[in-house]
Amino acid sequence: MIPLSWFLIFSAALFSIGLFGVLSRKNAVAILMGIELMLNSININLVAFWRYQTPAQIAGQVFAVIVFAVAAAEVAVGLAIFISVYRRRRTVSADEIDLLKW
Amino acid sequence: MTPVQLVFILVAATTLGAALMVVITRNLIHAALWLVLSLFGIAVMYVLLSAPFLAVAQVVIYIGAIAILMIFAIMLTRRSTSEEGPALNANWGWGALLGVVTLGGLVWVLSSWPGFFAAPAPFPEGTDPLLTLGQALVSPNGYVLPFELASVLLLAALIGAIVVAWDRR
Repeated sequence: MIPLSWFLIFSAALFSIGLFGVLSRKNAVAILMGIELMLNSININLVAFWRYQTPAQIAGQVFAVIVFAVAAAEVAVGLAIFISVYRRRRTVSADEIDLLKW
Repeated sequence: MTPVQLVFILVAATTLGAALMVVITRNLIHAALWLVLSLFGIAVMYVLLSAPFLAVAQVVIYIGAIAILMIFAIMLTRRSTSEEGPALNANWGWGALLGVVTLGGLVWVLSSWPGFFAAPAPFPEGTDPLLTLGQALVSPNGYVLPFELASVLLLAALIGAIVVAWDRR
């Protein structure tokens, strides 16, 4: 039997790694990868709480399915934006995409 | 230590190691492949949590679609020369500090919660979680509205992605 705490600590560690990636990577596609890691850790949390606290209700799994759909939409739009940016600026380094920087 | 616990520790170590490689590897294609390994470990986690549908959806959607899409995007946005300069920006120390603080804070808050070491609750008699999930997603008394809204969101995102990435020249 695996205690709930193992899953929660695992997902907290995965979230922190993803956060580090989002804050520290230069390449914009790598930043998206960090966001994917964070979304996955949240999904693990949702499913773990469903399994350990309320297995009679299915809300936790439904929430995870919706997060899947939102993550897919987010990646599609994000990568399209980066391809468009690359076409105009010839770079996807987050340091150099500073058009909106005041 | 039971075999299931051993499996959990092995899979968790592999997943976290792969995730760490995702955020520090210089070569982006390698980072994407490490991401695939990390996502696969999370699919095993869903199996351990007795959520088989999510495990399959994880492999099909994340590994089969999102990771491959990322590899395509990496290949489409690569400079003519190889990647130059450091992979991390100048503020990576602050990012690492914030990550460690987040982890410590989360674990501290969770450990003060009485249900932290809970055992899995038993499934109610005569119900199949997979069947319940399938019915809940399309039942008017369940979650059919968010489910259909998710489809509309995906359609809008697809059209938006095509419009944004369209080469107008």
